[in-house]
Amino acid sequence: MKNIDSRTHTRGESIYLDDIPLIQGTLFGASFGSPVANGVIKKLDLSEAEKAPGVVKILTYKDITGANQIGGIVPDEPLLADHHVDFCGMPIAFVVAESTEAAHAAVKKIKVEIDPLPVITDPREAQALGQLIVPPRTHRLGDTQSAWQHCQYIFDGVAETNGQEHLYIETQGAYAIPQENNALKIYSSTQSPRATQQASCKVLGLPMHQVEVDVIRLGGGFGGKEDQANAWAALCALAAHLLKKPVKYALDRMEDMAMTGKRHPYSSDFKIGLDKDFKILAYEVTFYQNAGAAADLSPAVLERTLFHCTNTYFIPNVQAVAYSCKTNLPPNTAFRGFGGPQGMFVIEAAIVKAAENLGVDASVIQQINLNKTGDEFPYGQLAVSEARACWDKAESKFDISRIKVETEDFNKNNRLYKKGLAMMPICFGISFTNTMMNQGRALVHVYTDGSVSVSTGAVEMGQGVNTKMLQVAAFVFGIDSDKVKLQSTSTSRVANTSPSAASATADLNGKAVFMACSQIADRLKQVIAEEMHVAAESVTLKDNHVYINNEKQDYTWERLIMAAFFKRVSLSEHAHYATPEIHYDKLKEKGHPFAYHVYGTAITQVSIDCLRGTYEIDAVKVVHDFGVSMNPLIDRGQIEGGIVQGIGWMTMEELIYDKNGKLKSNALSTYKVPDIYSVPKVLDIDFLDSSYDNLAIFRSKAVGEPPLMYGIGAYFALRNAIKAFNPSAHIPLSAPMTPEKTLMALYSKPLKPDQEKNEETTSSLEVNQQ
Amino acid sequence: MINFILNNTEITTSMPPGMLLLDYIRYERNLKGTKIGCREGDCGACTVLIGNLKNDQLTYASATSCLTALGNIQHKHVVTVEGVNMDNLNPIQQAMCDEAGTQCGFCTPGFIVSMAGFCLNHQQPTYKNAIAAVDGNICRCTGYKSIERALTHITAMMQERDKQDPISFVTSKAILPAYFTGIKERLKLLASQPNGHAGKQGSRFVGGGTDLYVQQHDQMVYADINFLTNNQSLKGIVQQGDQCIIGGAATVSDLIASPLIQQYFPKISEFAKMVSSTPIRNIATLAGNFVNGSPIGDFSIFFLALNAILTLTNSEHSREVPLDQFYKGYKTLDKQSDEYVSAFRFKLPDQNTQFNFEKVSKRTHLDIASVNSALQLVMDGNIITYARLSAGGVAPFPLLLAKTSAFLTGKELTEELVSDAAELLQTEIAPISDARGTEEYKRLLLSQLIKAHFIKLFPLLEVDQLLA
Repeated sequence: MKNIDSRTHTRGESIYLDDIPLIQGTLFGASFGSPVANGVIKKLDLSEAEKAPGVVKILTYKDITGANQIGGIVPDEPLLADHHVDFCGMPIAFVVAESTEAAHAAVKKIKVEIDPLPVITDPREAQALGQLIVPPRTHRLGDTQSAWQHCQYIFDGVAETNGQEHLYIETQGAYAIPQENNALKIYSSTQSPRATQQASCKVLGLPMHQVEVDVIRLGGGFGGKEDQANAWAALCALAAHLLKKPVKYALDRMEDMAMTGKRHPYSSDFKIGLDKDFKILAYEVTFYQNAGAAADLSPAVLERTLFHCTNTYFIPNVQAVAYSCKTNLPPNTAFRGFGGPQGMFVIEAAIVKAAENLGVDASVIQQINLNKTGDEFPYGQLAVSEARACWDKAESKFDISRIKVETEDFNKNNRLYKKGLAMMPICFGISFTNTMMNQGRALVHVYTDGSVSVSTGAVEMGQGVNTKMLQVAAFVFGIDSDKVKLQSTSTSRVANTSPSAASATADLNGKAVFMACSQIADRLKQVIAEEMHVAAESVTLKDNHVYINNEKQDYTWERLIMAAFFKRVSLSEHAHYATPEIHYDKLKEKGHPFAYHVYGTAITQVSIDCLRGTYEIDAVKVVHDFGVSMNPLIDRGQIEGGIVQGIGWMTMEELIYDKNGKLKSNALSTYKVPDIYSVPKVLDIDFLDSSYDNLAIFRSKAVGEPPLMYGIGAYFALRNAIKAFNPSAHIPLSAPMTPEKTLMALYSKPLKPDQEKNEETTSSLEVNQQ
Repeated sequence: MINFILNNTEITTSMPPGMLLLDYIRYERNLKGTKIGCREGDCGACTVLIGNLKNDQLTYASATSCLTALGNIQHKHVVTVEGVNMDNLNPIQQAMCDEAGTQCGFCTPGFIVSMAGFCLNHQQPTYKNAIAAVDGNICRCTGYKSIERALTHITAMMQERDKQDPISFVTSKAILPAYFTGIKERLKLLASQPNGHAGKQGSRFVGGGTDLYVQQHDQMVYADINFLTNNQSLKGIVQQGDQCIIGGAATVSDLIASPLIQQYFPKISEFAKMVSSTPIRNIATLAGNFVNGSPIGDFSIFFLALNAILTLTNSEHSREVPLDQFYKGYKTLDKQSDEYVSAFRFKLPDQNTQFNFEKVSKRTHLDIASVNSALQLVMDGNIITYARLSAGGVAPFPLLLAKTSAFLTGKELTEELVSDAAELLQTEIAPISDARGTEEYKRLLLSQLIKAHFIKLFPLLEVDQLLA
């Protein structure tokens, strides 16, 4: 089934935040962000800005009627800076004016004097100073200390991944409209209506029943609007509450890029030990997460890094330590993969380092160590593994031996161009790692004409979740899809929602829709049973008709609904779903946090231009574990989009902050995401239909985040191509592999052993500073 | 007053000519299908088509409405996504739906408009051209593969066009609404009406505005603007003797489409494809690239190597300034504020002349160069009798590598000479580390690009010696 929004999308008729018709008297906001990354505010001079034409009011922390606090996990993030600023772009004041232009013009007239304090952008530096967001976490399996002596080979090193800008094409924004008796309605481009509602209420000092948050859809989210939509909604809500006027704020791109957090950069130390057969016996890793200036979702992201630190490999002895380091960058936040990709990059880097030193292909080590069903993850859960199935199918389906021969032949015969190849197996856990959040709700109404309204906590942001919800309802009721409408996501219809995140949205909300519809369907069947004097169990609903013992009756869905209505049978249902089986003990760092895992293997082929250092992705060929896809068209789109986003992270997308914590790559002209010419020429996706029963909706496994990590293969394929040109090239294990790093590596000289450590610990953030 | 046709409606507006078309469409006309993504021409969410009547032919080209001033659409036809909607989905929209080419949908209207531009274009309706039509549209969700599949359907659909006029083809096949057939006559009527000037002749000169509106968006709306691109006398790319003369309002797309340029620079499309995107090339002028003074202006570098000579004009007189004398420092030009580039000229290459342009950026397309370079060589057998080498991103302004050019002149072409030149040029450049690369990288990259010039122009050179 096609995405139900396709028609309005292609006609330009879909409504996003900035398209909502304005109510007369609406005012417009703009933020004044700190020009300094760390310092004490000495003086804030609003006098000229207040006099600027069209300015209605300029809000500062003093105007906050509730608490100046929007921190979600840790209360460490003021909405508006009071005496201290922690990052460049931190909102200090909020201008409300009669037009967006007037608001922006006034922002330029605000003056602030800040006594600067030392700025830290490097997570290792922050950790050394004890600047941590939360205490460090450690995952352990077996005993690495005693395992090292059994290792034939031991390698250590440093691996780094830079952050990633979400670059949802629709920027952040909110529109708050006062209602009677101090209530507010907020339209927000948020992935988490409940969090937006809660943050706004906290700032305003209102109970949650006074504030409704309503979301029609997002023009992309990718995690960037999970926690970071709250500030803008709270600012609009505060202004609307104080001024009793509707207030709207859609950030412009520069504001959005400068003020919001991104994927966390990580710097990590690894040590890996293998036996003579290349079986990995021990792995130690220390993650230094660059959290930015406030906790945001960093502790949860950190946790998922630990959960995925061994990717899809079984390693009997593991010690993984993770530090969430407080720096003076905007608070980094959720981004597709949520710390998982950062953890997986390091184990892949460790394997590659071992392989390069042992003179074997990394795939030899990878495939020997793939996990199998029953193997224990470091956090205690036992694998139900499709790793081997995906790997083997990828090798045979795409004829890996032929690809290898062709790559070698090409490299033998070409001097100016080289090809590289890498395998990237993945294993990604599905569920919020915070067990509490694994709950979903749905509200279903059947109207007397037989049309159906479905409300859930799911936010549609392009992932097609509304289409899947509609499929569930239409399936359970046995009716045509055009009889079902998905409503906007409103905190008044469905309360206490979990964010649309963790790839789990379709599972959690879909199960709730299934339950609500099933309960209504059961009552309808009872109506038939009584009317037709048959057993309720013999009744099924299909093709808009009633079936008894699989025999179609001359009894339509519409007639059935009216019959039920006349009998005063409830045609509405609200259902609640909580994922069973999952649990996690944070003290022991053991449990069963995931409903299931998604597996897959990607083969990535690249070509580099050894003269210019530029490259192309020739092909990505994937065998992906879909379970039983309930919507192959949508799921394929998620895989393709995830892969390209992952390749972007690993190749051209380069966040650059200077030493003062100012973002240099602050616009689309300096931060490049993949365009149509830079995507893989070939992108083959093979569906591994796994037969295991699972907790996914209709056994259709979650598909949002896992494919992003196939993109990691691009980094290692590029590395291999560089080595084909210059076998002794020095290539720090530092992503992204930009054309700059590629060229520098192509013409690099091997490091002397004593140089190695120093060279590698240079943070990618420090590169490129002016 | 500004008069134009917006979709199927004649518009007369007294809004300031410096106002952006995007804001006018969305907030004055309430057409919300055109989206705001970046306001700097880098995402394509705001793409519109602009239909222009010239020599009795109506041609459509895509443009980013975030960088298009109202003054630049005087007497033109502006098409937004609403303007391509029919009762049912048009076949372009249908193809995008069928292939799931839309996910969050925010970039989708821009893609649809660009694809409509492909269907209205006079170029051959090849798949390659179809992809090129959307090269200015960024999608963050799909990974583009589904969009590629939709484009294969659209390309197939356009194969029947043959020699037919695109407008009559797309309307007869119900690909686009029927009202397109009447636009030509309506534009003629519009142009013939009085009261048709985009404000008075202001003191601020604007060409395409693609750089100006990124840098000075706030100041431009109410500025006193003299729009150059509507001035037909500033258009045109012509040959006079051995000289090529290019008008000050000629766009990059005009350059690519010029038969004269294609004859003398067979690789012009290949070079130009590395410069920005289709909608930007459609509105950006070459002279604007010179005047912007960016140290990495692609066409500044291109025409520096060709020794272009600019004609600067004000209301009183004209004077000529060689491009290599035009730059005095970072964004400092030998140009008075009342002067504009009315034309520029350069000597057309003869059969002994070789020319190449190189550019490397983080993303190959729709990106600003880390380093770019152009080389003109005149050869007598194996002897270089004349060399002119330029490079961008290595100095505060577009740089002519005079020393290296002189070094190459009069020498026999050998691998050693190229390597020596790549080394020598290091002494006449001063790159800085910035978002486009470190100094160290830019130095290495320029050396590589010099080698690339020679390897491309002289395939018989020993590559191994050059790569050492």
